[in-house]
Amino acid sequence: MRRAGKERTASRGGPPGGAVAGPVLRAVGLSRAYGEDASLVWAVDGVDLDIPAGQTLAVTGPSGCGKSTLLQLLGGLDRPSEGEVWLGGRRVDGLGERALARLRRRSVGFVFQAYHLMDELTAVENVELPALLAGSAPRTARRRAAGLLDQVGLAARARHRPAELSGGQRQRVAIARALVNSPLVVLADEPTGNLDSAATHDVLRLFAELRSAGQTLVMVTHDERVAATADRVVSLRDGTLADDIRLDGGPRLPEGAGADHGAASPLGALLDWED
Amino acid sequence: MQDVVLALLAREPSHGYDLRRQLAAALGPLGGTLNAGQVYVTLTRLEKAGLVALARVDEAERGPQRKVYALTPAGRERVAAWLAEGAGPRPDVTDFHLKLVAAAESGLADPLALVAARRQELLRSLAEVQRAALAHDTQSRPGLLLEGVALRMQADLRWLEACARTWSAHAPRGEGGAAG
Repeated sequence: MRRAGKERTASRGGPPGGAVAGPVLRAVGLSRAYGEDASLVWAVDGVDLDIPAGQTLAVTGPSGCGKSTLLQLLGGLDRPSEGEVWLGGRRVDGLGERALARLRRRSVGFVFQAYHLMDELTAVENVELPALLAGSAPRTARRRAAGLLDQVGLAARARHRPAELSGGQRQRVAIARALVNSPLVVLADEPTGNLDSAATHDVLRLFAELRSAGQTLVMVTHDERVAATADRVVSLRDGTLADDIRLDGGPRLPEGAGADHGAASPLGALLDWED
Repeated sequence: MQDVVLALLAREPSHGYDLRRQLAAALGPLGGTLNAGQVYVTLTRLEKAGLVALARVDEAERGPQRKVYALTPAGRERVAAWLAEGAGPRPDVTDFHLKLVAAAESGLADPLALVAARRQELLRSLAEVQRAALAHDTQSRPGLLLEGVALRMQADLRWLEACARTWSAHAPRGEGGAAG
């Protein structure tokens, strides 16, 4: 599915030669086309992206800009038409179905807008499921799942089914599930898209905790307030990277929530005291 | 007002009537409050400050003479400084809009570059606000204020997205041999 009339600049730089010290996740000239011939549309069009370990990256852009497709390519849920995906120093876009499924299970944690929990399973059963599928002993998986539910503040809801949980609680269960196999990277597609501001707040706090723990996280969002909590914000326009902004430090959970924001805070500039 | 008038003069010398027409075209219904005399007052002030100078006086077929003003070197310097400066944490939508129009009209700056710089500036401020917001309960009074501030910034960022779309649809001046 070669593209006509478009110059490829993708292979510049080359892959990281299997070095684990390189980026955790890397896209090289990543492209995905839908349709054929005259109706061919490049949803993702020549994206080069290096995501170092521990980085929180937000991908923003107008709807239809290709950001969800990009996330699916990065997580091996979809295959590129052109270009490469490297995960943990290993090229993964050419893997066979079974190898790819195993890789997704062990190395990638997914969080979706609509949670995608199993309705018939309790919270703790949902969380432990990927661990069991990856071959963990039931007792180990249960212990790990219970610990994660505690970490997301839902220890008391472990035996509840999704229908008995609020949207924000369901998403926190989904985040615990994404973490159960200690993935190299967590990929989140509009993780707060269905949530009110209080629940969004909880999820963002959780992400800030993950970030402090060094978890690599890529989230797709159309909410600038969510994007602003990342280390780095890239925007996609018509399938290509239009912008790559570093946000110094970004939000970390301060020592003791409710820390005093005195005159030294840059927020002071937002207030204009007039006599 | 002074900065916008200066920037509109950067492309070519012009008179008060034409400057007012350009402003009205950029502002649409919001320009309704633009006082007829305001542009002339501004031009007089700019002349006194040495930022513009009378270039010539055109005789109109009907109506009064038209004083055509041109930028002085000091005026040109000030336009460049105005286009380059950041908008600060609480910018006014109209001010920034006029800056983009002036940048495009004068050819002195790329509106898309101004939009990108502004977006970066705003995202960084929003990151600070969110950092503080996450440290406060949403139910607390500071939390409530921070939510309001963040929502305002989000609105500004969404408008910038629209600016990027619209200005990228217009080829910048000077491209395709249409300079000057």
